[in-house]
Amino acid sequence: MKRNTLVMSLRAKRSNPQFSGRLLRAVALVMTLAILTSCAPVDLNAPLPAFDPGIDPDSWAQVPAGEFYYGQHEQIETTGAYEIMVTDVTVSQYAAFLNAAQADGSVKIVDGEAVGFYPGDVFRGVKHEEEIKAGDWPFIPLDDPSQRIRKDESETRPYKAQPGYENHPMTMVSWFGAWGYCRYYGWRLPTEIEWEKAARGSDTRPFPWGDEIVRENANFYASRDPFEDMGSFGSRTSPVGFYNGRKYGDYQTLDSASPYGLYDMAGNVWQWTGDVYEGMHYRFLRGGSKDTYDMDLRVWVRNNATPTYVSPGVGFRCVR
Amino acid sequence: MQFIKTRFNYLFNSTKGLILVAIAMIGMVTAIWGMLSGPMAEMGVREVVIKLLGMDIVQSEREGRIIILYHSIAMAVVAIETYMVTGLLKMKAFFKTAINATITVGYLLAMVFGMGFAYFGHNWAFHGLFITGLSLVFFAGVMLVIALWPWAKEYRIADKDYAHTKGGLDLERTAFFATALTTVISALFGAIPGSFYGHGFETFLAENVIRYPEKTVMEYSIIGHLHIMLALIGIMVTLIIGRWLNFKGILHKVAMPLMILGTVVLNLGVWGVVTPLEPVAHMIIYVGATPSMFAALLLLIWSWGKLIREGTAHLKKPNFLQKLAALVRDPLKFGPTWQMLFMNFTTSGIGIFMAIKLDEIFRVWPAREERIELTGHWHALSAIIATIILLYYGDMLGLKGKVRQLYGWAILILSDIALAAVTIFEMKRLFISEAVQQPLVNGLMYAIDFGLGMLLVLLATVMVWRLVDLFKPKGRWTEEMDHELSQEVAK
Repeated sequence: MKRNTLVMSLRAKRSNPQFSGRLLRAVALVMTLAILTSCAPVDLNAPLPAFDPGIDPDSWAQVPAGEFYYGQHEQIETTGAYEIMVTDVTVSQYAAFLNAAQADGSVKIVDGEAVGFYPGDVFRGVKHEEEIKAGDWPFIPLDDPSQRIRKDESETRPYKAQPGYENHPMTMVSWFGAWGYCRYYGWRLPTEIEWEKAARGSDTRPFPWGDEIVRENANFYASRDPFEDMGSFGSRTSPVGFYNGRKYGDYQTLDSASPYGLYDMAGNVWQWTGDVYEGMHYRFLRGGSKDTYDMDLRVWVRNNATPTYVSPGVGFRCVR
Repeated sequence: MQFIKTRFNYLFNSTKGLILVAIAMIGMVTAIWGMLSGPMAEMGVREVVIKLLGMDIVQSEREGRIIILYHSIAMAVVAIETYMVTGLLKMKAFFKTAINATITVGYLLAMVFGMGFAYFGHNWAFHGLFITGLSLVFFAGVMLVIALWPWAKEYRIADKDYAHTKGGLDLERTAFFATALTTVISALFGAIPGSFYGHGFETFLAENVIRYPEKTVMEYSIIGHLHIMLALIGIMVTLIIGRWLNFKGILHKVAMPLMILGTVVLNLGVWGVVTPLEPVAHMIIYVGATPSMFAALLLLIWSWGKLIREGTAHLKKPNFLQKLAALVRDPLKFGPTWQMLFMNFTTSGIGIFMAIKLDEIFRVWPAREERIELTGHWHALSAIIATIILLYYGDMLGLKGKVRQLYGWAILILSDIALAAVTIFEMKRLFISEAVQQPLVNGLMYAIDFGLGMLLVLLATVMVWRLVDLFKPKGRWTEEMDHELSQEVAK
């Protein structure tokens, strides 16, 4: 009896001319919702939770000389001993750099950008290669709405971090801007090999803290951290060293330091590395970011971009 | 026992049964493994599926897993196309049986044991069976090439409606032959580096090395392989649709030589990437792709003209709207060629635009953005090929009336919504910055998930219907058992 009712109901739907009309209306409704969702405005200066992770951005970690497993296929590589920043360079640190560098003429403002000198690369004319000549190159754009450094000409030290972002990683900085920062203090950007060793240590782990990743390990796309709102502005940076095992309000993080005690070596922001490779102008980025899925947070994953590229998801740290 | 025997006979000994099994297998794999990435991963479904099914996911093996997944699905698609070819074209009964049997065992072994190896711990016997499966598919391809040999006397034709040489060489059959032959050869470009890298641990995804100026011969071989295999699957499905619709006349005579020429030149270009010809290989590829795409355009023009003529035959002087109504009155006949046209917006157009503006636009973006375009455009092409197969399958089932309209239009509308959204997602950096993109991304994701999700629901409904039908003593399956595709070619 029930079966007959079902068959009759299906037949009725088949013969009902309004059935396809309803389907079309459902499709139109979903499409309207999708379009309305797409047009929602984004407030780039939406209130930000203020948390102090208690990690000193001025601290450095020792990485000993020796071999380690490099890359997805675990080839053996060797480095000398070096020190690397425990956290990414923060917005406050970069603002301090700009104040000092502009005062002594190392950085100039041209067309709304902070620019500085770069000695150029050897150009080989390889396919797709672009020439990087000696000269002034953009460090950071100052008038971009995503820029977290504010400039106030009336102050003696005109550059300041946007309130709330002081301890967040410096973003919207080009490779030249990262290179210039490190060089100004007599440091340099890490090579890819140095970066990966600092993230991975001496074993074959895929993430700085171990073998698996959960949302409380790092700031990545849709990781449901207190800084993101996927219905509006999406992911935002978290303060450097945020994932250190502390509880912030209701949000409990896991201690996700690398074997050498570095934070944010996976997620939060991609990090510029210093290698300049023969025949290509691209610079390489490591670590994944707040905008990438967890697969890009594996220590061997490489990304690259032109050295002038800036993004709210790209930062850096230095070695010495 | 007889119950099982007759059903088994239908499923594994008739063209339509074999196609049904392959579609069901692809649908199942797509539904399960589709939950491991993208929005499903964001919503936490991924973790549930992994735990529920007891998957063993090792981070460093992701690329290898994905390659096995792609191959598992691709083998089933190749099997479907092969069934269609053996069902549509004349060939010796022995070859038809041998090819279908070999490729069925092959793709099932590759799919079941490949996925078993990749996602459920590393049982090396499974890996061996996966390789055995791939090898069987390859040997089925070799047999198909032999079976399609167009110079055999029994395959000569004299019908003036179809492209042939003065000596009677059937150029459509030759196009099928050229596609099958080049597919078999191009498979080697993946098989050899695959053997070289071994066990899937030293694998890479082509989209991750695309910007490196120095690539090894093996890397070039893999990159060439993945491009040409998908292109050849596309070419083969175009030929199949042409045969199903009974493509003929002057446009057929122009299209078939172009298809043969395009296929051969395209392949020579792709194979050239592992030779010193590499610097000009892309130019050869463009030269080859142009006649192939033009031949597909001729099929579109012919089939749309036919649909309009047949649909307006009762009218003396049809106006534009009447012609349009005639064109779209049967989504299963109109759909495949529409999808080929739509492909130009989601795949070919994007590819050409990227090639022209590569250094100016796309290579200014970070590599991960370029990766979205690369993976997006070939996922879109794969999905379009799948929908074309599903549209043909709907016709094969003999769907009629409202159900035919609903099935056909649902496939077209849902897939095109999803693919249009994918295309906008790929290209979003052209018109929106990273900082303010999230609402757009959300809207596009809703459209993609809705389109693809509903498409899978539709497919699942059809599969459940077919499953229920199998339990009926005189179900539709009994009618399909002895029907061959060649008998159902349009008049």
